[in-house]
Amino acid sequence: MPITANILVKKKSKQLKWHRKHLLGLRELSAEEIGYILDTAVGFEQVSTRSVKKAPPLRGKVVVNLFFEDSTRTRNSFALAANRLSADIIEFTKKTSSVSKGETLLDTARNLEAMGIDIVVVRHNAGGASRFLSRNVNACVVNAGDGFCEHPTQGLLDVYTIRKIKGTLEGLKIAIVGDVAHSRVARSDMWAMTKLGAEVTFVGPPTLMPAQAERLPVKVSYCLDEVIEKVDVINMLRIQFERLGGNPFPSIREYSHYFGLTAERMKRAKGNILVMHPGPINRGLEIESEVADGRNSVILEQVTNGLAVRMAVLFLVNQAAAQRVD
Amino acid sequence: MHSGLLIKNGRLIDPANGIDKKCDVSIVEGIIAEVREEIADSGRQGRNFTVIDAAGKLVVPGLIDIHVHFREPGDEEEETIASGSAAAVAAGFTSVVCMPNTNPVIENETDVEYVHRKARQARKTHVYTMGAITKGLEGVELAEMGFMAQAGAVGFTDDGCGVQDPAVMLRALKYATMFDVVIAEHCQDDRIAGKGVMNAGYQSTILGLPGIDSLAEEAMLWRDIQLIKKAKVRYHAQHISTGGSVELVRAAKNDGLPLTCEVAPHHLLLTEDCCGEYDTNFKVNPPLRGQEDVDALRQAVADGLVDALASDHAPHLQSEKELEFLAAPFGIASLECALGLYVKALIEPGILDWPALIHLMTEKPAKVIGIDKGTLGIGKQADVTIIDPNAEYKIDVSTFRSKSRNCPYHGWTVKGKVDKTIVGGEIRFEA
Repeated sequence: MPITANILVKKKSKQLKWHRKHLLGLRELSAEEIGYILDTAVGFEQVSTRSVKKAPPLRGKVVVNLFFEDSTRTRNSFALAANRLSADIIEFTKKTSSVSKGETLLDTARNLEAMGIDIVVVRHNAGGASRFLSRNVNACVVNAGDGFCEHPTQGLLDVYTIRKIKGTLEGLKIAIVGDVAHSRVARSDMWAMTKLGAEVTFVGPPTLMPAQAERLPVKVSYCLDEVIEKVDVINMLRIQFERLGGNPFPSIREYSHYFGLTAERMKRAKGNILVMHPGPINRGLEIESEVADGRNSVILEQVTNGLAVRMAVLFLVNQAAAQRVD
Repeated sequence: MHSGLLIKNGRLIDPANGIDKKCDVSIVEGIIAEVREEIADSGRQGRNFTVIDAAGKLVVPGLIDIHVHFREPGDEEEETIASGSAAAVAAGFTSVVCMPNTNPVIENETDVEYVHRKARQARKTHVYTMGAITKGLEGVELAEMGFMAQAGAVGFTDDGCGVQDPAVMLRALKYATMFDVVIAEHCQDDRIAGKGVMNAGYQSTILGLPGIDSLAEEAMLWRDIQLIKKAKVRYHAQHISTGGSVELVRAAKNDGLPLTCEVAPHHLLLTEDCCGEYDTNFKVNPPLRGQEDVDALRQAVADGLVDALASDHAPHLQSEKELEFLAAPFGIASLECALGLYVKALIEPGILDWPALIHLMTEKPAKVIGIDKGTLGIGKQADVTIIDPNAEYKIDVSTFRSKSRNCPYHGWTVKGKVDKTIVGGEIRFEA
């Protein structure tokens, strides 16, 4: 008799009932809601270790992967998550999300909806795109990254990974390093980590800090060397050349000198520091290979955990939608 | 044809002539004939005289909006000169100034004449136009300012964008000193603004949208102020939006430079926080700023630094605004509720009284563009707006005469309703 995730969920949560049919960002979630998703993911993690890697809760449901930006791991992770929950999945990849070059996001979504889909997983280059969709379609909307606003499942898998290893986020010191200004991962991490009680520091050059960062619930530092010794977790953001406007730093060499996670720098870090990276890695730029592949690195575990977290998210939004119909 | 009108019992506010008292006005053949405390309507019977009882209402010079986009030629689906003119008179405006960023751009005398012809056909409000400073608004070659001025263009601007190259702007300002015209600027340094779609600040950070730093506006305004020290021509800063711009204007005026400026209603009422739900009806350029900027702009109005209230009426189709915030066009359609918005922003908080507000909507903007309007002086063309200052109403975009509905004030309750709009002695709008 296989243990279904459902049973586990019921065990873990007594009071809270998940009611959101969309997952658009982590900013609006409470610590309890985030915890609820993580607990749900724990149950789904086991599905992937079974010989038959499938559970039935989304059988007969259609999930659309609506990706307007390049993505390999997030798209595949969602596809696999949907497959493991027995959903049918449609891949819809559009290289351009420019309105001038074709139908609008809204038209695209309405067309898909006309085919009778249940969940849209959307990635788009515009901040707020998933929120915009959620207001205009009946299907569940899951944000797989919108501009540099949020990437909630990445944020969730990051805190899931930390919680799994460290037990809790309460009181942990976490550095998020690099191009914070253009990073949706940094924002989703910030919301999730601070809600769960961690102290977050954004580290990077001033030219890669967002406007009025001082009003965010984080510390800001321009000096990785000052921060590296103090933190329990360090998340190295990918330098996203495609999003940088102008040249926010003079050269890759100088950037790496100040903000790269080198083996040399790691010597001054805590022995049990977790090294994270949302991928894909620019080896030798923001992180040296030796560190990325080193004993403190949990980069591949993040990928593994991402699957369980995405299964949990798809499961929960679908359940919330079903309850609304009742 | 039209013979006469007598407006009785209203509170007449004519800031240009320093009048604010109960007064009657008579209009003969489209001209203000008499303004006296009591004008008898006897003896006028049979002469096709209409008598309007304006008791309890304000009788003011026809309102003037020196910054509207009527989208014609080119984007007639969004607005036309006819629909925009109908909206204008319904909102009490007897004169408006169209911006030249149409398709094609208003950049020669034929284009100017086209706007005027469409306005005559619409027969609603006086429609003026500005011409482009540079051909195609490209910021490179000067447009034919002389010919356009001869054809009646009241000023020049590349509105929608600023003239980026300081050498080109200096050339334009110098060249314009030949003519009695105003050079107006949409102050925005594109290199600073980048691909921003809202104010650069806390909200843009939270929403993950590229921001437009207030410096983009201030840097260009500062530059232009230096330029007009070299080329003394009337210069007008359009829709200023930041506290920093207010201080630049203050300093330039103290220095006696020939600079004027305008403020749009949204910058007096709304902040960047309004963009929190990605509602594209709040996407406007210059963007909605912080509360401290709103406060500074209101203070600037109180201090007499602002020369005109101008709606920057920018109609867009619903289908264009129904996009992700990043992709939607900039602009708010507010012409039709502008008066109520100014009342809310300026009269209700006690920043201005009615005469001061009317001054900023009549004589002062007329002076910015150099037209002989905005007063009820004897012998002037009879453009008159009658306002019920206490009438409250709910803004409802479905009642707009404008073709567009991109108005974030839908559902707001405002005070100050236009009762009648008289253009050249003809009643062109009645509530």
